[in-house]
Amino acid sequence: MKYETGCTALHRASPRVKLVAALILVTGTALLPRRLGPVYFAPAAVLGGLWLASRMPLRYTLRRLLPAQTFILGIALLSLFSPSARPGFPATVTKSNLCILALLVLGWTTPFPELLQALRRLRLPSVMLTTLALMCRYLPVLAEEARRMERARASRTFSRKRRIAWQNLGAILGRLFVRTADRAERIYLAMCARGWR
Amino acid sequence: MHLPDGFLDAKTALLSTGAAAAGVGLALRQVRRTLEPRQMPMLGLAAAFVFAAQMLNFPVAGGTSGHLVGGVLTAILLGPAAAVLVMTCVLMVQCLVFNDGGLLALGANVFNMAIVNACGGYFVFRVLKGVMRMEKNRATVFAAAFAGWFGTVLASITCAGQLALSDQSPWSAAFPAMALVHIVIGVGEGLATGLITMAALRARPELVAGTGGGVWAGMGGMGGMGIMKQRLAGTGGGVCAHGGGFLGYGLLIALGLVVFVAPFACPWPDGLEAVAKSLGFANQSAPPLIKGPVSEYRLPFISSMAAATAVAGVIGALLAFVGAYGLARFLAPDLEAAKKDAPRGSNFEV
Repeated sequence: MKYETGCTALHRASPRVKLVAALILVTGTALLPRRLGPVYFAPAAVLGGLWLASRMPLRYTLRRLLPAQTFILGIALLSLFSPSARPGFPATVTKSNLCILALLVLGWTTPFPELLQALRRLRLPSVMLTTLALMCRYLPVLAEEARRMERARASRTFSRKRRIAWQNLGAILGRLFVRTADRAERIYLAMCARGWR
Repeated sequence: MHLPDGFLDAKTALLSTGAAAAGVGLALRQVRRTLEPRQMPMLGLAAAFVFAAQMLNFPVAGGTSGHLVGGVLTAILLGPAAAVLVMTCVLMVQCLVFNDGGLLALGANVFNMAIVNACGGYFVFRVLKGVMRMEKNRATVFAAAFAGWFGTVLASITCAGQLALSDQSPWSAAFPAMALVHIVIGVGEGLATGLITMAALRARPELVAGTGGGVWAGMGGMGGMGIMKQRLAGTGGGVCAHGGGFLGYGLLIALGLVVFVAPFACPWPDGLEAVAKSLGFANQSAPPLIKGPVSEYRLPFISSMAAATAVAGVIGALLAFVGAYGLARFLAPDLEAAKKDAPRGSNFEV
């Protein structure tokens, strides 16, 4: 995961405040009535202001918003089958996008380690905090390892058969799991060596 | 299956968040009680593993590809309590960092994908593995493949129930759409779960929790001793083996099915109203609950879709069962026999 460090006021604000504010904003937006009305201008204005204040580039925003549309539209399409929910279609799509924008601004202005600190202050159990922290530390490592194994497979197997491809991918991931377990053990030893607990 | 924000209403979000919190709390309690400090890093690493595994694409027909979701696989490899925590962390990061799934809907997503998918799938895995009269490793692969399919479909059904309960779409549309899509997707998930379990079994059988060892037993210098002790004592592996957690997760999943699915799955047209009345909220919150099913009579082909979906589900389950059996029968290594021959590795080693 890459984080751009910005220097706007929003970047400097306390991560705990930002997290709680995002939660309130998302809850408020998601629970608005299911009909587009003037009330939708309120969260839109707040988010628009925050977006401008965060100086999040438009291209980045769109690149993160567009892939989500397939999910949103797919589920929203289901509401077209019900006469009682049909008028809510545009409202639901708007709501979902506003909520994603809120999370995007949160993610843009708050690096994940800071979010972890905020979650610790909000009394998330320590087991989960450690899990989240280790996950974010080792995600790039394991992703790189997975890609390396996949590259090695691609350069060694020439079959176009789907069955072989699935078997090989299964073998890669099974092996990756074994390597992960071994790595976890080494990490534990390293943590102890550095005075963990 | 990641629900974005804006689809659930307050009542559904609250209900599913409560159920998710109960499940995660149960898992935390079990993990705290049984997890040794040296096993701690594996939770985080397993979460990273699930994420990394999702990055490799399995080729599907016509140039498209899909990836693993991994809930059932995690439960098979680590045991259900650890899987609930791992999947919850994965979902939190997906929500906060990758904007996949909503923040208010996080509870619903955790309930569907961490609890119903992982624990429901794991339950089926254990039952099938115990019932099947096959060589042990083959039974594991078979049960893993079927459980992968089953967990996916089950989670999609509670997800459809949540959508219907928040009056986002009528049950008669949400159920067929979600279930039919996931009956197909589940085949890939089951196949991948079976193949990965098979590969892990082949490489290091003692690491797989569902076989009586578990990562927990396999780790540390005295790992081998631990496995032998556990095997001899006849206890199952995994964090959860000692916890008696089945009851808790089972109750939670049953409760989820009752709350999210049962009001709609009732075959009688006025079954829903009866439920609403008997629960005493017919007057207060009746409109969102009752309008859905009433409106469906205007679209008769759709209301017959729900019945057709149930049939499709049964056929799908049979096909998945046969497919999983074939996978185990023809592809899974007979480790006992293999030991007598030459040692067999996977197709390649990196």
